[in-house]
Amino acid sequence: MRIKIQKSLAPNLVSQILVPIFAVLASLLFCAVFFALTGRDPLEVYYAMFAGALGSEYGISETFVKMIPLALCGLGIAVAFRMHLWNIGAEGQFYMGACAATWVPLSFPDWPFALMIPAMIIMGALAGGLWGLLAGWFKTKWQVDEIISTLMMNYIGILWVDFLVYGAWRDPGGKNFPLTAAFPSAAMLPTFGSLRVHYGIFFVLIFATVFWIIFKKSKWGYETLVIGSNPVAARYAGINIKRNILLTMFISGALCGIAGMVEVSGVVGKLQPGISPGYGYTAIIVAWLARLHPIAIMGVAFLFAIIHVGGFMLQTMGMPSATATMLQGAMLFFVVGADLLTKYEIKFVGRKVGEKND
Amino acid sequence: MAGLPLISMRNIVKRFPGVTANDQINLDLYSGQIHALLGENGSGKTTLMSILTGLYRPTEGVISVEGKEKKFTSPRDAIDSGIGMVHQHFKLIESFTVAENIALSQASTSFLISQETVIEDINKLGEKYGMSVNPRSYVWQLSVGEKQRVEILRMLYRNSKVLILDEPTAVLTPQETRELFLNLRKMADDGCAVVFISHKLNEVLELADKITVLRGGKVAGCFDRSDTNRYGLIEMMIGREIKVAYSSKKEQTIGETVLEINNISALNDVGTLGLSGMSLKVKAGEIYGIAGVSGNGQRELAETLAGLRPTTCGNIKFYGEDITDMSPKDMIERGISYVPEDRLGMGLVPNLNACENVMLKEYDKPKYSEGWRIKENAAIKATKAIVEKFDVRLGSIFQPVKMMSGGNLQKLLLGREIASKPKLMIVLYPVRGLDIGAIESVHKLILQLKEANTAIILVSEELEEIAELADRVGVIFSGKILGEFPIGDLDIERVGSLMAGVVEDKGEPI
Repeated sequence: MRIKIQKSLAPNLVSQILVPIFAVLASLLFCAVFFALTGRDPLEVYYAMFAGALGSEYGISETFVKMIPLALCGLGIAVAFRMHLWNIGAEGQFYMGACAATWVPLSFPDWPFALMIPAMIIMGALAGGLWGLLAGWFKTKWQVDEIISTLMMNYIGILWVDFLVYGAWRDPGGKNFPLTAAFPSAAMLPTFGSLRVHYGIFFVLIFATVFWIIFKKSKWGYETLVIGSNPVAARYAGINIKRNILLTMFISGALCGIAGMVEVSGVVGKLQPGISPGYGYTAIIVAWLARLHPIAIMGVAFLFAIIHVGGFMLQTMGMPSATATMLQGAMLFFVVGADLLTKYEIKFVGRKVGEKND
Repeated sequence: MAGLPLISMRNIVKRFPGVTANDQINLDLYSGQIHALLGENGSGKTTLMSILTGLYRPTEGVISVEGKEKKFTSPRDAIDSGIGMVHQHFKLIESFTVAENIALSQASTSFLISQETVIEDINKLGEKYGMSVNPRSYVWQLSVGEKQRVEILRMLYRNSKVLILDEPTAVLTPQETRELFLNLRKMADDGCAVVFISHKLNEVLELADKITVLRGGKVAGCFDRSDTNRYGLIEMMIGREIKVAYSSKKEQTIGETVLEINNISALNDVGTLGLSGMSLKVKAGEIYGIAGVSGNGQRELAETLAGLRPTTCGNIKFYGEDITDMSPKDMIERGISYVPEDRLGMGLVPNLNACENVMLKEYDKPKYSEGWRIKENAAIKATKAIVEKFDVRLGSIFQPVKMMSGGNLQKLLLGREIASKPKLMIVLYPVRGLDIGAIESVHKLILQLKEANTAIILVSEELEEIAELADRVGVIFSGKILGEFPIGDLDIERVGSLMAGVVEDKGEPI
């Protein structure tokens, strides 16, 4: 008798849903060991985390505030990943979107809300989209690997914002802090009552639904799926691959750009360095764990937002801020590892001669 | 030959699910000999050599090295027994230097490797066999011929006694080929056993001391060079019992000219001429069979017709319209259907289900879509119709097609193409890898399409298949049609020699 791992022919739906859930629980268990080793009661730690994130109106509001950019960037990333275009430039596209959106209230502070917000959305989407498109253009023109170009363009985007807020866009009345002037209230997304959670949540709901339908029902969704699964067959079927690379990179970047716009307009109210604590990177994990499914992305983004907000609570208990990062890492590790269980099945077989050695 | 064989393979059987790739094969390799393995694609040459190099374990059979029985459980075991192979696709690391690539293969050296010693050794070996390569250059800087030299040097550096080369001349210029042959002879003279895999007769006859012909996974014959001739080998390769059954083809009027290819050339994947001066005409309701050893431009021809491969000269006319170098989409829209040999690699998307595959080439036609939206129900209906009409057996039309068997995949693929009502269809090796039942139904489908007045180009390596289906036969060799025959005058001997590139009576060929 020996154990044989073979490719499972039909991944069934139940295991596809249950396995990630068990993987997340396993990662919590795994981290609990570390908490125990450092002399903390794991239950107490997790309780503090979840209670911090979900136990109060304030906590829930903060969790949604974190979830919004994660989900929007996650959606943008999923659009590209579905086509096997590895856009890891969400962070840079986020910054460019935030920056272009900021330009509107800085230049036209007197515009009314009904003009200001749509203009900011369009500018954010355009800037993020063009930033993504540029990497797509490099790829179609000179076969530049989009992983490299999008990654490097992240730094350009981040530093470009620094350049502006330390220089031309610095608020003259801001006591020399690297900040732009605060937005007029017409440039701010409404919030729910006195809480920080803002109407950006509707962007998430709308875009997730729209892209869910696009992925499932549209010609474009079908084209990108075919290109992602078998580019040779896509070419054979007459699908224009170059055009789709450009379009997909633009839309992917535009979504991340909108995330940036939503962040400055809904939360920060001005442009400043470090407006994103790495949302664009965390969103890669979010999209991947959600298997690029738009609805699942909302759920996973919410889970990661809990960890993020709960992580702050842990810091007040005197635990390092890296705790949240460790949890995220463990989750990725376990969920990706558990993929083996959905893609392969484990069989116990008798020994046979002459099997392929692979 | 006297003495103990260096390698002896006895009764080797290798079964893959559904196929017996090697069936009771015996092969003896002696030092000092160049042994050619001759056979068409799919005849089991590469499988046999993969067994010898430890990549596969045989289902049955014994391998002995210098009389001692060995069991190879990994390529490392084979390397340790002095067996080396140069694969058709080189296994070199492009961003390493030549010396690094060669040193890499030497897993048994000590932890520290002296670059200088390796370089010195490489230079010595290179000088000895006239295969100079600069050990310090990076592999990506080298030409294809030089890369091959690195592969050979690597085998020699490992002290391999058995050198296996899989289609080594496919990527070489005639001059490089001559050099390679001289070098291989030198190595044999130094006591190596050289195995040369090829389907090119001329080269085999020029180089080999001993020739083993494989056909359908079995040894069709094994001779000394001096005991054989070209025609004997051709017969053996393509099978001697060609029963030309002029079958129950319905008499049918052949219509107007659909396709006219004038003198086109196109590059193949390695950048040499895959097609050179190819011309042919096909009429409506006619099946034009292309016979030939695969790798002579068949795929390149099909891909230029599908808009997947640009031509370098010449033109293609379709119903009088010049369609040279149009896009795949334009070709599909004109009703040109290409059924590729690689079903899962090109014709279908393995991870998508049957419905999604059925609409692959027509997803943006009104048949399957409306504005931005895909009409899912239309795709499901069409798929069910194809499944029923073409008797495709599958678990569910919503399962990924990679789970289907080869025959059913082919039926689904052909079904999709036929359902699109093409005006011209080019089919490559439609029955490769299928069992008898599936072969018959695929043939019926092709004949039905002919009755629907479609012009068909049928590319096959089975002469029987062509004889049974085609109205006219063209023999392809080195990227052009060397001779054409109406099916009534099919002269198997002539076809066979044309397939080997021999045009004996020079005035004659059409």
